[in-house]
Amino acid sequence: MISSHTISVLVDNEPGILARVVGLFSGRGYNIESLTVAETDSKENLSRITIVTRGTPMVIEQIKAQLDRLVPVHRVRDLTAEGPHIERELALVKVRSTGDKRVEALRLADVFRAKVIDAKTDSFVFEVTGNSDKVHTFIGLMENLGLVDVGRTGIVAMSRGGEAL
Amino acid sequence: MKPEESATTGADLLVKALIDEEVEVVFGYPGGAVLPIYDSLFKQNRLRHILVRHEQAAVHAAEGYARSTGKVGVVLVTSGPGATNAVTGLTDALMDSIPIVCLTGQVPTHLIGNDAFQEADTTGITRPCTKHNYLVKSVEKLANTVHEAFYVARSGRPGPVVIDLPKDVLMNKHEYVAPKKPVQHKSYRPQVKPDPKKIEQAIDLLAKAKRPIFYVGGGVVNSGPKASKLLTQFVRTTGFPITNTLMGLGTYPASDRQFLGMLGMHGTYEANLAMYNCDVMVNIGARFDDRITGKLAEFSPRSKKIHVDIDPSSINKNVHVDLPIIGDATLVIEEMIKAWKARAPKVDQKALKAWWAEIETWRARNCLAYKPGGEIIKPQYALERLYHHIKDRDHYITTEVGQHQMWAAQFLKFEEPNRWMTSGGLGTMGYGFPAALGVQIAHPKALVIDVAGEASIMMNIQELSTAAQYRLPVKIFILDNQYMGMVRQWQELLHGGRYSESYMESLPDFVKLAEAFGAVGLRCHEPSKLDDTIKEMIAIDRPVIVDVLVDKAENCFPMIPSGAAHYDMLLGPEDRAARPVSEEGMVLV
Repeated sequence: MISSHTISVLVDNEPGILARVVGLFSGRGYNIESLTVAETDSKENLSRITIVTRGTPMVIEQIKAQLDRLVPVHRVRDLTAEGPHIERELALVKVRSTGDKRVEALRLADVFRAKVIDAKTDSFVFEVTGNSDKVHTFIGLMENLGLVDVGRTGIVAMSRGGEAL
Repeated sequence: MKPEESATTGADLLVKALIDEEVEVVFGYPGGAVLPIYDSLFKQNRLRHILVRHEQAAVHAAEGYARSTGKVGVVLVTSGPGATNAVTGLTDALMDSIPIVCLTGQVPTHLIGNDAFQEADTTGITRPCTKHNYLVKSVEKLANTVHEAFYVARSGRPGPVVIDLPKDVLMNKHEYVAPKKPVQHKSYRPQVKPDPKKIEQAIDLLAKAKRPIFYVGGGVVNSGPKASKLLTQFVRTTGFPITNTLMGLGTYPASDRQFLGMLGMHGTYEANLAMYNCDVMVNIGARFDDRITGKLAEFSPRSKKIHVDIDPSSINKNVHVDLPIIGDATLVIEEMIKAWKARAPKVDQKALKAWWAEIETWRARNCLAYKPGGEIIKPQYALERLYHHIKDRDHYITTEVGQHQMWAAQFLKFEEPNRWMTSGGLGTMGYGFPAALGVQIAHPKALVIDVAGEASIMMNIQELSTAAQYRLPVKIFILDNQYMGMVRQWQELLHGGRYSESYMESLPDFVKLAEAFGAVGLRCHEPSKLDDTIKEMIAIDRPVIVDVLVDKAENCFPMIPSGAAHYDMLLGPEDRAARPVSEEGMVLV
């Protein structure tokens, strides 16, 4: 019954909007698995928030209704419920190793189409992009190869096809 | 005129904006950060300011004003403690969907975040207890923000809105911007017109119903008096029974035979059993609150549920419904009446007759009956006598929170909406007296009575000073049982009679207390003198406290113990021993 949903929320880019959204989740006991937010329309001053949350269908319905009720919220879309969509996440992964492990890390990075964006003789920073599974798997593989630091953006998502949010 | 000439200070702009929003009264308390506003108020005579004695009371007074008039209530408080004191009132207004605009002072913008004197993060603190809030950072935005705030407060599901006003913004100058009508908000546009298909489906369900019931709440009050008129018309046309929530009392005339009384934890036997046994339920403007549903798994298990609400987040929140209808109650009921007339459905009259016969057997249990008190005044008796003396007068009732509140809901009858003001969602002790002041301001000639307990009244007793200052002839009718009655009742029923801290020791002499504030105090402890005391109270054209000493041990019945189902009601003291409360129930409030 409990499933994960990716929800896109179009909001006014104004002070306190993120606090409103996050406060709504904590205040009502919903959980946030991932949250990304940035301005997406500077002319209209709009930001797009992408939230991944989990819950029963009744809870997910509540979350959407509660979000929609916030005054600065323009639109709420449940991408998971409304048809096919794409999700992407970016991670920066720092690995410190030498010798075979270093070579193996670089080889795996190639397999995952991760880019090297910083290199020292004993370290790499990889940039890997993909769905969360891919990013997660890549990070898992690096654990034995000298993983020292990870930064993840959280998920951004969009529906397939020509329709806008 | 050149711009410089037409420019006015933020404080003057604010007052102008309030006047343009048709504000007549502001309830408030001054302080450093709002001095410019008080200066502007001093220089005009369109807006009346009512000085309360505590900011919480300012919000409750504005709530009373709003609920008895249908207008937006306005509050003005200073920064820091002024704002934090208002928080209980704001939360109360949020829970009961009352339109309030609360203006809070703030330290000047350059000091925000510096822990300045009387600084509090007001927008941060009030974010979860308002419908929306604003921090106005420049005077250019002030007038528009005020107009938007009024729109947000009154439209859709109403609620409290805070506008935080830094002192420099109040002193800077700018031109005034008048409100645009109709308001076109860029993102907040609540759906008020129902989907016609859903109306048709609702009529389908109603037409086929054999055991229907209307379950109506505060949303119908908020929709305006027309909604109650239409509701009454529709319910009478269908011949179906109707029950009200605590918040919905007055939306249907209580004296009508089709009215089953209030439902829920202290609702009537007939209302709760009808809810349990119905086959089609029409919920209009109620939210399946836990006081209403009791044990969710056994809440009206065999019914098709229609839920009319203006707030989509109320749908399927606690109870799954079969047919949600989003819209304003007035428009929805109007459409339902039209569709009903157009279709002229053949209701199964035989089934309806049988349903009514069943309901009448429940009604015959006379669940509100109580044992006469002999020489002691029973609280129920006090309210019956009170109702007898006020029923033909233009009257408004407010309450505090507890046993007296439930008895008032059971024993006072409401024939029209906006006459009954009680803290339903938040259950705020100390609500009733300041709310009554707000009602009296709006209706100077009416009889306004706060039905109180001796514990609750102490929570905003300082407002006697406000009542005296403005000569507000509010009547405080205290059912004085020397206990926090509802706490005592739960301790008796659930905690083995261990009356932990629920005894009100060292109560004041309420008669002398009233006199100290320039009000009138009366006391009554004999049933035979009660009528005379009530008559005397009504005759006095000043604030009055009536201290009615009632049975200390009386419990409020019927009662659905927490965690129990609708059919599992305690009807009186003899019921309770047989049925211990479940462990699940003990956890519930």
